[in-house]
Amino acid sequence: MNQEIQKKMYYDMLRIRTIEEAIAERYSEWEMRCPVHLCVGQEGVAVGVCANLNQQDYVMSTHRSHAHYLAKGGNLKNMMAEIYGKATGCSKGKGGSMHMVDLDAGFLGATPIVGSIIPVATGLAFGITLKDEKRISVVFIGDASTEEGVFSESLNFAALKKLPVIFACENNFFSVYSPLSVRQPAERDNTAIARAYGIYADKGNGNDVLDVYEITKKAVSQIQDGKGPAYLEFETYRWREHCGPNFDNDIGYRTEEEYVKWRNRCPIESFENKLKGQDILAEAEINHIKAEIESEIEEAFAFAKNSPFPDSIELYSDLYA
Amino acid sequence: MPRELNYAQAILEATDQCMAEDPSVYIMGLGVTDPKGVFGTTLGLKDKHGAKRVLDMPVAENGMTGIAIGSALIGMRPIMTHQRIDFMLLSFDQIINNAAKWHYMFGGKMKVPLTIRLIIGRGWGQGPQHSQSLQAIFTHIPGLKVVMPFTPYDAKGLLVSAIRDNNPVIFIEHRWLYNVTGIVPEEIYAVPLGKARNLKEGKDITIVSSSHMVLETMKAADYLERDSITAEVIDIRTLKPLDNETIINSVEKTGRLLVVDGACHTSGFAAEIIATVTEKAFGYLKSSPQRLTLPDLPTPTSPALANLYYPRTIDIINMARSTFNLPDKTEEELGIKHDQPLDVPDKTFTGPF
Repeated sequence: MNQEIQKKMYYDMLRIRTIEEAIAERYSEWEMRCPVHLCVGQEGVAVGVCANLNQQDYVMSTHRSHAHYLAKGGNLKNMMAEIYGKATGCSKGKGGSMHMVDLDAGFLGATPIVGSIIPVATGLAFGITLKDEKRISVVFIGDASTEEGVFSESLNFAALKKLPVIFACENNFFSVYSPLSVRQPAERDNTAIARAYGIYADKGNGNDVLDVYEITKKAVSQIQDGKGPAYLEFETYRWREHCGPNFDNDIGYRTEEEYVKWRNRCPIESFENKLKGQDILAEAEINHIKAEIESEIEEAFAFAKNSPFPDSIELYSDLYA
Repeated sequence: MPRELNYAQAILEATDQCMAEDPSVYIMGLGVTDPKGVFGTTLGLKDKHGAKRVLDMPVAENGMTGIAIGSALIGMRPIMTHQRIDFMLLSFDQIINNAAKWHYMFGGKMKVPLTIRLIIGRGWGQGPQHSQSLQAIFTHIPGLKVVMPFTPYDAKGLLVSAIRDNNPVIFIEHRWLYNVTGIVPEEIYAVPLGKARNLKEGKDITIVSSSHMVLETMKAADYLERDSITAEVIDIRTLKPLDNETIINSVEKTGRLLVVDGACHTSGFAAEIIATVTEKAFGYLKSSPQRLTLPDLPTPTSPALANLYYPRTIDIINMARSTFNLPDKTEEELGIKHDQPLDVPDKTFTGPF
């Protein structure tokens, strides 16, 4: 496999991880005054999927969208400014962490109503076909959104019209604190559901970025052949609490053992060891990458903190287009 | 002689001309391409504009609304239709959480030029889940525009404006108006959103109404005139943004206000108009403003009950008279006769749909 792509994926995962950890570290300053749903531990899915996309392809996502936004090339400074509620934010301070957007990068929005984004991203794909364009729409979703009616409705329409859309599901086993076991029957297999609609489906290890990359690559080529949508499901795990900067393994909805098991399957660490073992990455280069990322993050935080808050007139702007 | 069309034909013509004018306009909804063509409002569109832009859809109101929104974000101008407003309720998440807020919550970067056509109505036992009037709910949501045309002229011109508008517009049609005819110019024209229409000049009382209730109000105004009460009748046309100015100017002239709203009483749109007038023109009021609405009840099906449920001309007359402290009159006294059952709009209406 192309070494440059592998290096880029390592870089992107590490960058996302470091950004999220920096947010967690500084959250207690109480200057980021909006909920944050950090994706630490889940970077492999975002990066492995987006490495298959071009700038003109569209991505949409959920409340836990930082990784998807960044992996698609979303501007970091505008993201940080948005979380700080500043006028320079990607949504001019009106959206916050749960409403990331960067049109230049093809990241067309994230929303936190579970499942609600699925038909909208399917609609992007419908628009693409109405306009006879060659793009792909990818929507990142969580395991709980497959329980929503619009999941089925969107699969149905996507299959009916053979739309160029990938439903990329990150199964992290929890919806807030509710485990899969109280939400879905043990026999349920979403790939079987997707196939029943006539949709190409596959699943893989979300903590193995190469697995994610290869699975997505097949889905993309299948769409490019005009064969219609794909449903992909990747198992992964959120390390930190559902919402906020802390760890919450002590509150009783999951065990420390389970967390440690997944912590040991870190998508970045395992990939780093693999690349080192294959002499694709050397320690010196890794240190250089880390320094570069740190300095970019410092700059982004400084940009966010130094940016002005929105002017009072902004309260009333953008109601109607 | 000026050409006349009925309300349904006016809607069809607006859609047809907008599709011809702008290739990004498309229409989808259950039954759009079926032989009935959504009460005739979509007949022939598929042959003219192609199956790609004129399509029936899965019965998945919420998902399909989201799909329309997604396509609108990248430049399409979808028109969605629902044969009953009641079916649309499944799509509240997409309308309220996404369509209405998208422009604002992403800092003005994207827009949702989406027209949602919703059909309200009454009669022939439509009952609790086929005849609701839910306009007030939409007016409560920032980011939406809400339109309720009464005349065929406005049905065409307001639909053109709705389709050309860069925002989600809720376009509410009354089934009992589809057969009502009026002068409709052949060329494409726009009636601006946000402007009420003064349908009849008067000096004694302002009666504000919308959609099918304007028809009843105009009849009532005729009877009131016979007792020397001249009513000014205002057709709201656009509930949001509301044309306060036309209503307030009228009340400043007449000093009396009656709002006739074909929806339930509590938190209805009549309350909004009365509150607005009370805030802005209190000193002009000679009597307390009144509202005539449906009772706070689901729609009953039996004609015997439905006849009690819907206010009619006589109720408008008497409520207007009450603002002058005049006693009620009866239909017999006024010579109001019903030469047809009350559960149909006219002789051409035969149900069952």
